[in-house]
Amino acid sequence: MPTVAIQARGLEKWFGEGEAKTIALRGVELEAYFGEMLYIVGPSGSGKTTLLSVLSGVLKPNSGSVQVENIDIWTLDADKLAEFRLNKIGFVFQDFHLFPRLTTAENAAIPLILKKKEWDECIREAVNYLDIVGLKGRADLPPVKLSGGEQQRVAIARAMVSQPDILIMDEPTASLDGDTGNAILSFVHKNVLNANRCIVVVTHDERIYEFATRILHMEDGRLTGTEKGTGSAADKGSPSGPQKGTA
Amino acid sequence: MKGILKLGYKLLVNDKAKFTALLLGIVFAVYLMMFVTSMFFGVLNHASANIINVGTTIWVMDPAVDTVSNSVGMPDYVLDAVRSMQGVKYAVPLYSGGALVKLSDGTYQSVTVIGLDDASLLGRPELLEGKIEDIYAENGFIVVRDAEFSKLENPRIGSEFELNDHRAVIVGIAKVATSGLYGIPTLYTTYERAAQYIPNPRYTISYVLVEPKSPEEIPKIKQQVEALGYRARTKEEFMQRTADFFVYKTGGGTNILIMTAISFIIGLSISGQTFYTFILENLERFGALKAIGIKSRDLISMILFQATFTAMTGYGMGVGACVLLIWLAKLRLPSYAAMLTYSSLVIGFVMVAIIAAISSYVGIRKVLQIDPFTIFRG
Repeated sequence: MPTVAIQARGLEKWFGEGEAKTIALRGVELEAYFGEMLYIVGPSGSGKTTLLSVLSGVLKPNSGSVQVENIDIWTLDADKLAEFRLNKIGFVFQDFHLFPRLTTAENAAIPLILKKKEWDECIREAVNYLDIVGLKGRADLPPVKLSGGEQQRVAIARAMVSQPDILIMDEPTASLDGDTGNAILSFVHKNVLNANRCIVVVTHDERIYEFATRILHMEDGRLTGTEKGTGSAADKGSPSGPQKGTA
Repeated sequence: MKGILKLGYKLLVNDKAKFTALLLGIVFAVYLMMFVTSMFFGVLNHASANIINVGTTIWVMDPAVDTVSNSVGMPDYVLDAVRSMQGVKYAVPLYSGGALVKLSDGTYQSVTVIGLDDASLLGRPELLEGKIEDIYAENGFIVVRDAEFSKLENPRIGSEFELNDHRAVIVGIAKVATSGLYGIPTLYTTYERAAQYIPNPRYTISYVLVEPKSPEEIPKIKQQVEALGYRARTKEEFMQRTADFFVYKTGGGTNILIMTAISFIIGLSISGQTFYTFILENLERFGALKAIGIKSRDLISMILFQATFTAMTGYGMGVGACVLLIWLAKLRLPSYAAMLTYSSLVIGFVMVAIIAAISSYVGIRKVLQIDPFTIFRG
């Protein structure tokens, strides 16, 4: 029986009031398990990104609860919630959001810096992760000198550097061409996913469905169906730290 | 340096164009403000030159006197009355007035003549050449070697000239702590000779210099002098009165206030706007930091550090630029009336601190308002 990483119950979220009220989530209930790569797919405006934000502790729902590793995250105060995200969740954003004035290594080291580790140690660990994501020798370059795919790898290194239990990926292939997007997700599936990690991916890019363990379909703020994917983490080990070939 | 502050430092400094613009704004504002106030304080210092150089504890004067160079003559009984006052150790007269010196080429040069009490020579300058007792010699004058010295054709001991049609002989060359404001040479002689050589109104005593028996006696002396219809001011009070005259009665203070306000507005406009643009350009990335898990207080520390670092660097460079320019100016013009004071430094520091506070407040407010959810929405 797989262990539950995220459990959402009765999630409701709306924006605006009165005639301008837009309902983004309508009683969403789901479980995400360790060792799986869970895709949430659906058309634009179906509530995928809102759901992802609520699950990751970024956007507070109007009602319902989210339990991550048995912690009801929406009962935490702002500082505790920030600490929770820093320690438990890695984010890969659609537009990468890398700082152009920092080096690749400094960008990747940000979560460790926010954890107030020694600067040199942060950079050392970040360089290690950059090696893992295939950016050996690029640590001192600014992100603007990298291709889109390489920038996404930096974002993945940044998300993984603090070894979070949960990886949140928001439209990870939206800014990449088909081949690069496929290569990135293949890399994540092969090197990042393991039995102790849960990856939640929001996408509408069907070309990367092959890596999903499960696919949840969403429409009009509701989960409308579940589909078993072909990607599986059942045969993966449970690495406890950065090792060559796995993040 | 803590990691988060180092991160803030790198984000700031690595954006060279913005950091340069930020610094320029602060440097220019500080430089402008410091320079204007330095000039003003320099003028005030020079205006009080005789008060500083004579250096006595109490000055007795007519109530209408605003500055040391604009004395109003007092009758001799004032000196006698002051000498008889309770708490007075001694009191001597001082003459201060202007005269014309005829130079060897036939041209005339204005001079300030200070007449020292014949008995005590209280307020005499430090001599570089000659002996002080030679001031009693016939037609003896001591000339001050300052920036205006050359206007008397660089006299030496024994040099002669005409002063109001009287023969005058240089018997000593002195130095003083501060040069005068009006760019004219200064001569010292005895009170009697000054009063004799220089055409005078009815009363010849410009000031009565008083030494109290103890500092505690000063208020009593002031009261007694006031009862006589005159004013007794300590050295500091007299300098303050001179400063007040320039600040409030010449428009100088208003001009300085306007220039300081302008430099503040310039600094705030350039630096505030640039810092705000810097924040706006990085807004999404700050949002990403919030999503990743930076705490609000760490974000505030980072922005405060950026604003403070820029402000202090700019302040240092602004002060440095001001010092450099004053130094260069004084190489060329030794009497250049500009003086960097602690007051200027404090005013500049406060101004920069306010600019930094406003800039960082605007930046912090903006950053704290970002909803990290917007990062997901793209």
